[in-house]
Amino acid sequence: MKKIIVIVLLSIIALGIFASLQQIPFGKSKSKVGKYYLQNSKEETGASNVVTSVVVGYRGFDTLGEITVLFLATIGLGAVLATFKKKENGQPEKASLILTTGCRFLFPLILLFGSYIFIFGHLSPGGGFQGGAVIASAFLLIYLGCRGKRVNKVGSSVLESLGGLVFIVLGLVGLTLGGHYYLSNFLPKGEYNTLFSAGIIPLIYIAIGLKVGSELSGIIDLMMEETR
Amino acid sequence: MIIIVSLLVLMMFVSAIAALLFKDLISAVIAACMVSLIAAILFYLLQAPDVAMAEASIGAALVTAVFIIAIKRTKRYEE
Amino acid sequence: MSFLQDYIYYIGAFGLVFIGLFIMLTKHNLIKVIIGLSILETGVNLFLISVGYITNGTAPIFSKPGLDISTMVDPVPQALVLTAIVIGLAVLALALSLSIAAYKHFGTLDLRKIKEQRW
Repeated sequence: MKKIIVIVLLSIIALGIFASLQQIPFGKSKSKVGKYYLQNSKEETGASNVVTSVVVGYRGFDTLGEITVLFLATIGLGAVLATFKKKENGQPEKASLILTTGCRFLFPLILLFGSYIFIFGHLSPGGGFQGGAVIASAFLLIYLGCRGKRVNKVGSSVLESLGGLVFIVLGLVGLTLGGHYYLSNFLPKGEYNTLFSAGIIPLIYIAIGLKVGSELSGIIDLMMEETR
Repeated sequence: MIIIVSLLVLMMFVSAIAALLFKDLISAVIAACMVSLIAAILFYLLQAPDVAMAEASIGAALVTAVFIIAIKRTKRYEE
Repeated sequence: MSFLQDYIYYIGAFGLVFIGLFIMLTKHNLIKVIIGLSILETGVNLFLISVGYITNGTAPIFSKPGLDISTMVDPVPQALVLTAIVIGLAVLALALSLSIAAYKHFGTLDLRKIKEQRW
């Protein structure tokens, strides 16, 4: 009975949405803000990847809000799960030798690939969030393959705080020097399409990549406590 | 070209309906992971490589891992 | 055929939204509701990217310094969806930790039984 009512309501909503989708034609250009960013991104920020210059340069304040939301979610998760008592049940069973050796062999390669993604974020598709997620999946491999090893708590919290602090301090420095607004680009632009170009954008992406990587592996570590 | 996109959208619908109908929760999570992977392919076909990389690494790997860890600490079968 | 060419991405995105809404409204296991939330968010992100597409366009990256601007796809929806995917992951992790705490407190994950109990 409940399912029939739900299906009827959803089909009424679908009719309304279909009638209003006629106003959004597929495949035609719709906004002027995108054209302005495409034309002026080369002189004003100097990054080759226009999506990077929009995320960090023109809309850097939204990225600051996103990092705050991730941080709040990790704090909430730690606060809810910290009230469970941890039962010490001795040594977990060790995995076989092939699995342990394979995981230990793959771990630095995946870390290198993740670092490549966020260092070259302003020249090719990539950036801080994607590179941080790849680094967190390298730590997930170590948790699943070689059981019993844990992330160094002190090192991971130092990296995370350092990443957040670098982002905020660079924005405040841009407030005093440079163009007198938050997160203005005050370092020299450099040559086009090389590694040391685009001002402070690579520095911000390195800070974001380290922060997101250690935060997501901290989430996995908090949820995986053996309390049964 | 349009036939490939139609087939991919059809596979996405079949996986989403399979996530609705499975009673074993781990099978439902793997069907949701497949929805995310096909969405990453569609993001690439819409000329957005940044978003495709983000959806493939976050939506298909980390979300599935967090779900399976949570299912391990509660019940496995929906009754 | 031209109807399919114009609307196939919109049908895919809104089909996912409706299937996610159906799962959230009719299932009564807590983890299944959260799976429905994840499918709903994927559908919304697909709709946002397909609004910003221009026919026969290319990706908005200047791999060679002299590429033509007028055929590039809109870069603003891609920046917004990048933020939305990461925030979706944060919301899902927090919801799953709350469901683990609820299982420990109530002993069951069935929403009909949880509504009947008193605190």
